[in-house]
Amino acid sequence: MLKPLFGLKHIFGIADLNREQITSLVNLGDDFIDINTRSVKKEPTLRGRTVINLFFENSTRTRTSFEIAGKRLSADVINISASTSATKKGETLLDTGQTLAAMQPHVLVIRHSVAGTCEFLSEFLDNTALINAGDGSHEHPTQILTDLLTLKHNIGDVAGKTMTIVGDIAHSRVARSHMLAAKIMGYKVRIVAPKTLLPAFVENYDCEIFHDFDEALQGTDILYMLRVQTERLTTNCCFPSIREYHETYGLNMKRLKAAGDHCMVMHPGPMNRGVEIATDVADSMKSLILEQVEHGVAVRMAALTALCGGATEE
Amino acid sequence: MVDVLIQNGRVIDPANKIDEVCDVWIADGKVAGVGKFSGDATQTIDAKDLIVCPGLIDMHVHLREPGEEWKEDIESGSRAAIAGGVTSICTMPNTEPCIDHAGIVLQVIARAKEIGLCNLHPIAAVSRNLKGKELTEMRELSRSGAVAFSDDGKPIWHAGVMRKALEYSSSFDYLIIQHAEEKQLTEGGAINEGWVSTQLGVLGMPVEGEDSMIARDIMLTRRVQARYHVAHISTKGAVEQVRLAQQEGLKVTTEAAPHHFALTEDEVLNFNADAKMSPPLRTEEDRLAVIEGLRDGTIEVIATDHAPHHEDDKRCGLSCAAFGIVGLETMLPISLDLERAGVLSMSDLIAKMTCNPAQLLNLPEGSLAEGRAADICIFDPKAEWVLNREKLFSKGRNTPWHGRTMTGQVLYTLKDGRVVFEKGEVHD
Repeated sequence: MLKPLFGLKHIFGIADLNREQITSLVNLGDDFIDINTRSVKKEPTLRGRTVINLFFENSTRTRTSFEIAGKRLSADVINISASTSATKKGETLLDTGQTLAAMQPHVLVIRHSVAGTCEFLSEFLDNTALINAGDGSHEHPTQILTDLLTLKHNIGDVAGKTMTIVGDIAHSRVARSHMLAAKIMGYKVRIVAPKTLLPAFVENYDCEIFHDFDEALQGTDILYMLRVQTERLTTNCCFPSIREYHETYGLNMKRLKAAGDHCMVMHPGPMNRGVEIATDVADSMKSLILEQVEHGVAVRMAALTALCGGATEE
Repeated sequence: MVDVLIQNGRVIDPANKIDEVCDVWIADGKVAGVGKFSGDATQTIDAKDLIVCPGLIDMHVHLREPGEEWKEDIESGSRAAIAGGVTSICTMPNTEPCIDHAGIVLQVIARAKEIGLCNLHPIAAVSRNLKGKELTEMRELSRSGAVAFSDDGKPIWHAGVMRKALEYSSSFDYLIIQHAEEKQLTEGGAINEGWVSTQLGVLGMPVEGEDSMIARDIMLTRRVQARYHVAHISTKGAVEQVRLAQQEGLKVTTEAAPHHFALTEDEVLNFNADAKMSPPLRTEEDRLAVIEGLRDGTIEVIATDHAPHHEDDKRCGLSCAAFGIVGLETMLPISLDLERAGVLSMSDLIAKMTCNPAQLLNLPEGSLAEGRAADICIFDPKAEWVLNREKLFSKGRNTPWHGRTMTGQVLYTLKDGRVVFEKGEVHD
């Protein structure tokens, strides 16, 4: 058995992490940034380890990020996406999980539309560490660790800073994980959305709630824009049109300027240019969006190392 | 000489206002007397320190036969019932095919008689194929043995159909049982909408889904002067509405399931699919309102909504898992908590599982009057035991109480004077 670092057996969500674990993962990720900028991008840290990326939902950046992270640390990485997996043949999630676990990987990285997928599978898989790469509207812990690393580089200590998250809070795992991380790490969260995109009792996260984007700008240090699922437009009546959404909740240059020169822009991707974020904002000097992607690889290297990079226990 | 003598138990028979330590004796499968017996008996049961009451009635049960016998069938359901002290069950019509014509009513009654462990009273569908469009042949279904009408599992969502169903059924004094849920508010939901659903990122079902349909139905009941029964009431708003309707004199009744007065939505915080049912576990405020409804009599009946599922239907993550938990074998110990907490007297509690549902559905059971069928439950109200889902008589393993200590244990169940369940064993 491998001895995991930082007392981590799995990474299900920010809710299960403490301040020390979050800081350790972010700092370890920071140490890995260097490898990604070298000409030879390879270290032997995870040699002999097997990582399976099991993605039931489409994903480009998260899946690629985990794949590159594993490969640069010399792990054997296998990617399975729902379109090619046995689930199309009617196999259940549990059977797929147990089948893959029987092949003795060290880590299963899982993305699924059902909230709690990792918690559920962990009851049945004994010797496999699980990383939640996004489960429904529940949590997306490695995205938040990524964002914290990017913030460490750009604003230093996040404590006392204000992050304003704009968009579909109700269906956002990123928003939930940030609201949990904010309490642990000491930053403040404002959320901006119409009531149609807010979940019940969201105020229990100790966040400030705004329906008017312009009112939330003053005093914001980080503008965090969420992707709008345009398919929710008609089916769920969450907002009347893309045009009105952009007008009301889109981040344009005028709003960015109103927020002040210190304010940075983040987005977990993929972006809808012209919907939640204007192109000139996305491409501006204030945008940390590509840096988030870059740091995503480093943080996932840290996550994999934490779960399967430790020494073998006697 | 009598066949069975139950000696020195605390006999509680709310239908006849009896609560005293005495004997019950049985001849020819019927209650021959309650009081002080002197004479000989073929079989004697020592009931010292035990409670002797009419066999329990559970008016809300899903048995899955015909159609989904791998989840439960009439035999396994009957065994689960008597293990829980229940000797009469009313089964919901959402089988496959559903109970919407007389042939199936007769079939399930005959099957239960053949097994011979428990009385089965079918509740027939309100609408053909549970589609909510055309009414079933209620007259014939009733003559065949259906005791009430419900599309349970599916609400009768169409207000016009509901009005007609209430008008037609009330012409013959039949009871309509509604699974009150406005699907347009609950679509896709898996648990109660609130802080728990927000934290889990799981779609919720708001209390307004239940409350709004009950509000509509009460208005229709007022116009039509029908008999309307709210199944598995779970919200504070619903209890308040039923209370007001009763104060107004409307024939509105309701039942509560043990899980709704014993548990809250916190049970699903770890994504536990065995605590997922519809209506879902609600908040502490709702739970206390249900208890108050039981205390003040607004809720006359305790019924389990026993809903067995195969493990495969539960092992797929909370939001995908099937709705429902088993309840027959835990109804009594969980309900006894109400007596222990001082909410209800033992007699009032037992009434909600015996004579109250019997009166509502015009059943001959639920009474120890002389000449009635000797369906009897004998339990130790203080015995403690740990629930092990692998040891349930039901085929369903879907219970949120696995591993928890139950207080109150059924020791004997008699059906027509025969001991069919004795200290953990079923006598087939």
